[in-house]
Amino acid sequence: MQLSGRGVICVRGGRHVFSGLDFEAGAGEAVAVVGRNGSGKTSLLRLIAGLLIPAGGTIALDGGDAELTLPEQCHYLGHRDALKPALSVAENLAFWADFLGGERLDAGESLATVGLDHAAHLPAAFLSAGQRRRLSLARLLTVRRPLWLLDEPTSALDVAGQDMFSGLMREHLARGGLIIAATHAPLGIDSRELRIGGMG
Amino acid sequence: MSALSALIRRDIRIALRVGGGALIGVLFFLTVVVLMPFAVGPDLALLSRLGPAILWLGALLASLLTLDRLFMADHEDGSLDLITMSRTPLELACAAKALAHWLAAGLPLIVATPVLGLLLNLDMVATGAVALTLLAGTPALTFTGMIGAALAVTLHRGGLLMAVLVLPLSIPVLIFGVAASQAVIVGPMTFGAPFSILCALSLVSLVVGPFAAAASLKHGLD
Repeated sequence: MQLSGRGVICVRGGRHVFSGLDFEAGAGEAVAVVGRNGSGKTSLLRLIAGLLIPAGGTIALDGGDAELTLPEQCHYLGHRDALKPALSVAENLAFWADFLGGERLDAGESLATVGLDHAAHLPAAFLSAGQRRRLSLARLLTVRRPLWLLDEPTSALDVAGQDMFSGLMREHLARGGLIIAATHAPLGIDSRELRIGGMG
Repeated sequence: MSALSALIRRDIRIALRVGGGALIGVLFFLTVVVLMPFAVGPDLALLSRLGPAILWLGALLASLLTLDRLFMADHEDGSLDLITMSRTPLELACAAKALAHWLAAGLPLIVATPVLGLLLNLDMVATGAVALTLLAGTPALTFTGMIGAALAVTLHRGGLLMAVLVLPLSIPVLIFGVAASQAVIVGPMTFGAPFSILCALSLVSLVVGPFAAAASLKHGLD
């Protein structure tokens, strides 16, 4: 499986964020997208996720499921965590598992992995920022997707949480998955660096 | 199919929880209709003549009241991104969200109508006619209102814009809804003609609404 971008141009609000960007990632490989604030790290992830339309260039995933589009094979973990405060932790996770579909794991097991099994019946409104992030990670575990797009994944996680997450990423890569992560902090795994928007 | 039913179940569950939109709509409907006899005065004949119009206006405003949040909440917490990326076509997801909104916010209005009919001096037949026209007409309000809700997300403007965009679309529904109910109470028109047009409006919006809303959301990807 191979994700590749050729000459990708991103224009936001009439401003060229980046242009002529080439990148590549193979199965089992992690790419850390680095650059200063506003250099287009989040935009790049959203371009791959199909949430932005590139102004030029192509992004393609070779060797994936031919029946599915690229966004359908991605997990996108953004700044906003797609959780409903009125629903409990278990209900939030069960909804995304049912809605996203495909191959999946037991939701209770993923909650235990991210350390939220004791809070399964708590409304998401009462979760801390770190717990919300852990619940978002449980979505990545419950529903299997080959490509993970992570935007500042370790923000709000404590040290133990970051270790737990590094372990999860290693497992994902060992299964032949891909990770593209926009980050300022080290990911804690072996990764290739993709610098955009010059030095910063 | 399981993805759509999951979406419908989630939206209904959120609407019915404390702070959800379902109760607000019914309470607003109740308030408008209960206050009307006090404003109009104790003229029973006048009340029963105005009754269908009051019920329809109340139901229309109540169903628009919570509709502007249909996509906004999902947009703000990032759920809309994941829904857009998912294997479920966006048009179907939009239709499922509108259906959930109608079940949680529209259906209770129809259930409340017979009780409120008493306050407006409507007899059994007239109340039944109003409830039937509401049943046929409120889906049109929800599914056309959904277009405004999607545009509100795309244009990053909330409430007021939504009202301006959606109200003109709901005028035909209001006209034929009230006309069909009036036909039962005072005549001389038949019930069938305006009621058929009302059903047609609902069916058209059922088809057009999801496509227009999905197109708007896709265009506004940001």
